[in-house]
Amino acid sequence: MRIPCPICGTRDRREFTYQGAAELLRRPAPDAGDAAWDDYLHNRDNPCGEARDLWFHEAGCGAWLVVERDTATHEVMGAELAEKVAS
Amino acid sequence: MANLVALSPCEGLLPQTIGAVTIAEIDPGPVTAILPFKGQDKAVGEALKSALGLGFPAPGRSQSKGGARAIWVGKGEALLMGAACPDLAGAACVDQSDAWCVVEIVGDRAEDVLARLVPLDLRASQFKRGHTARTLLGRMTASATRSGAKAFEIMVFRSMAETLVEELTRAAGAVAARG
Repeated sequence: MRIPCPICGTRDRREFTYQGAAELLRRPAPDAGDAAWDDYLHNRDNPCGEARDLWFHEAGCGAWLVVERDTATHEVMGAELAEKVAS
Repeated sequence: MANLVALSPCEGLLPQTIGAVTIAEIDPGPVTAILPFKGQDKAVGEALKSALGLGFPAPGRSQSKGGARAIWVGKGEALLMGAACPDLAGAACVDQSDAWCVVEIVGDRAEDVLARLVPLDLRASQFKRGHTARTLLGRMTASATRSGAKAFEIMVFRSMAETLVEELTRAAGAVAARG
């Protein structure tokens, strides 16, 4: 599996560390209420197919990426900088 | 007063010549990590240019001018080596002299040795002189820079110097054994 880092180019999976679903970037407002925060902290989809995950290019440039991949075929469709997705 | 003796990271371990490669330690001189603040990339590059004649390197690139070198080592970070860091108002500058272990591997089979350790295509067609990469060497995070047609410079944190030498010498031995 290879991940196309927007800064370094396509790199081996070994250089990356997996964090979890990119939902993490959608932080609710502080006063959004218990339900929204409970959902944000604990509830995740478990898709068979397209998924958006956070990966850390630990042994490379040190950037956080949002990687689009297919959990069924292991195809990696693309990656972008998490800072661009979050802003 | 104690008489302190400075030891380089690979003191007593290098140089070694194994088959068609020579692995030797390099003294990088003063090393400063430069991390421009948000939106200050251009100003920092210009300040470096006027002080030392080299700019802030683009991702995956290094620059040199006289004895000074600037090597990209990560998102928004470069190492200035071989020269005192000029006054840069727009960046965090951290003295990392003695924190890095710098080793050069030279020889006809240098690419073959590194191919056993680095998950990256370092052949000259893909990785030209001056190109640099943050990647893995064995299980260590490392910085690799092509310094010549048959030469690479490898940098790891000082605490990993002994492991670096072991990995490189073992791989060089394996390449030499295959003839």
